[in-house]
Parts: sequence; structure tokens; C-alpha cells
Amino acid sequence: MSNHYETVIIFSPLLSDDDVKREVSKYTKMVTDAGCTILEERLWGLRQLAYPIAGKSNGIYFIMEYSGGGTIVQKLEVEFGRNENVIRWLTIHLDKYGIEYNDKRRKGLVGKKKEVQDEKKEKMVEPLTAGV
Amino acid sequence: MAIRSNKDIKYLTAQKVIKRPKKYCRFRKYNIRYIDYKETEFLLNFINEQGKILPRRITGNSLKYQRKVSEAIKRARHLALLPYVTDLLK
Repeated sequence: MSNHYETVIIFSPLLSDDDVKREVSKYTKMVTDAGCTILEERLWGLRQLAYPIAGKSNGIYFIMEYSGGGTIVQKLEVEFGRNENVIRWLTIHLDKYGIEYNDKRRKGLVGKKKEVQDEKKEKMVEPLTAGV
Repeated sequence: MAIRSNKDIKYLTAQKVIKRPKKYCRFRKYNIRYIDYKETEFLLNFINEQGKILPRRITGNSLKYQRKVSEAIKRARHLALLPYVTDLLK
């Protein structure tokens, strides 16, 4: 039985877009080489941190979800510790409810109400601009 | 019958008894099984202005879900999505 893991990595804000891509591909390659399957990769991008880490007030967030054997987690975390560009990371083991939730989110079933509200707002704006 | 027991005392205006609505565990009521630590806006419901986790007697969570909430908040703090200590968070 394979385990599901979710890893969040915070990169230093000083990295350029190409640097981030390179770092990300390095880790995704590690995961796939270890025989795990990547279910999702998401780059959140630059976000403000709630408190400074390593003298930085911003960070580039990256999230990946993968399933496979657990030996990869330790290898990844050793690599994170060695990499100066990674300022914080967290790996969690997803339980069955977490897997179900993430599946739903990928299909867009979570947080649907917000989208409806946004559409309404857009509709409200349209006639005004059309009138002008 | 000179002595009256307390039961017999009647007030001119009826005493107001404030009935608070009973607290409930929103996770059990709405069947929420997983609490995502990345949803900080939702987690803000369970912390006070200083960023402290609210007790169960205020939020009404069942013990099972209070544990999950606190775990999610602690994960969010580690990832700097929520602060460990602040003032005027909300």
C-alpha cells in the first residue's frame, strides 16, 4: 500500500523564475526517480511571511503531492537542509480524508461559493462600464 | 399563613431569562472530515487576536476536531501562514 504525502517548500525570494523552475524540477525528478507518482504540483508564488524567516519577509511557496514509499521523504528532507535556497519546508502524511479532500479540490468542488460571488461582482460591474 | 416560602414570591414584571443558542461542533454538523492547514481564512475562526488557539468551551468543537484544528494551526504557523504571536490580528 502506498502512502500519500504532501510537501510544502518555501524558497528564498531572491531566486529568479528560472532558478525556481530549476529547483522545483530537481525535487520532482528526485521523487519520480524514487518510483513515486506525483499527483499535483502547484507553485503558489511569492507570498508575504507571517514572521521573518532567515532575515526574509517574503517567500516563494511550492506544494507537491505524491504517493509512494516512505523512504523518499527522508532523502528529500536531507536535500532541503543542504540547500540554502530552501528556507522552510513541511512534509505531511495524508490520511484518507485528506486524500479525498485533495481529490475534490482538484476537481474544483471545494470553495465553490467564492467563485459564484466573484461572477456576480463581475456582472455588477459590466452594465456600469457599458453605460459609460 | 404568615410565612411565605420563596416559591410564592411573584414579580411584577417577568424576569428575563436569556437563552443562548446551544453551541455545536461545526465539523460534525456539516460533516467536515479534513481541516486544511493552508486555508488560513478558515483557521482564523479558531484563534484570537493574539494568535492563540481558542479553547473548546468557546468554539464548541468536539474533542476529536479540536485536536485536528490545533494541529492544522500549528502546521500553518510553521509555514509562516499564521503568526506565532501578534497583536491585532483581526
